[in-house]
Amino acid sequence: MAELPAKNKYHPPWYNLDLRNLPLPALVSIFHRASGLLIFLLLFWLLWVLDLSLASPEGFAKMQGIVSHWFAKLVFLALIWAYMHHFCAGIRYLFLDIHKGIDLPTARATSGWVFGVSIVLTVLVAWRVLL
Amino acid sequence: MNRIVVGAHYGLRDWLAQRITAVVMAVYTVIVVVALMAQRPSDFAAWKAWFSQGWFKFATFLFVASILYHAWVGVRDVIMDYIKSAATRLFLEVVVILALVGYAGWALQILWRA
Repeated sequence: MAELPAKNKYHPPWYNLDLRNLPLPALVSIFHRASGLLIFLLLFWLLWVLDLSLASPEGFAKMQGIVSHWFAKLVFLALIWAYMHHFCAGIRYLFLDIHKGIDLPTARATSGWVFGVSIVLTVLVAWRVLL
Repeated sequence: MNRIVVGAHYGLRDWLAQRITAVVMAVYTVIVVVALMAQRPSDFAAWKAWFSQGWFKFATFLFVASILYHAWVGVRDVIMDYIKSAATRLFLEVVVILALVGYAGWALQILWRA
């Protein structure tokens, strides 16, 4: 983690936390948190779908019916994106942990890569799974 | 010493566990996504055959155990950041723990029944 100067007594009077105002690494950070929380909240539903799909041939057919509904596809799309973003951002954090890519230009560039690569992976997986 | 019951006095261990579980899940994800994309099971028999392989049960259970521990560390961080009242924190943390432990049992049952 970057260290602040010990005598830095200046604090901004307020922080502009508007998403459009945040630098890329901060966006990666808040999306990492939001995506992780979304995955956690959907764990029950995921286990339920997995349970159904493996229970019996009828259960499998029922799962296919549920999963082919447009709203379920939308949820899966959000989930795949959340997973891919969390995955890519997580790998970036593992490198930051071993002090790789912590200078500002590199940190900004890798943040852009996290968004780009996760969207490409989302399109690839969604295309194969949801269509 | 500040002895708040819902503080994170197990920081380093969980910090490390979060990273180890992340690596386990990342390796599993790459293997399974590639394997499933290459050979997509289209019917119940093929789907069930995937899950009846011993190595796949084992690997999937490791993945589930990892995601549950990883989720605990992450969700607890979120709770600690936004929930100021110790009573509400404790309540939410207990709800999360109970849910995750329940999920572990449910996943075991799903995997070894298949």
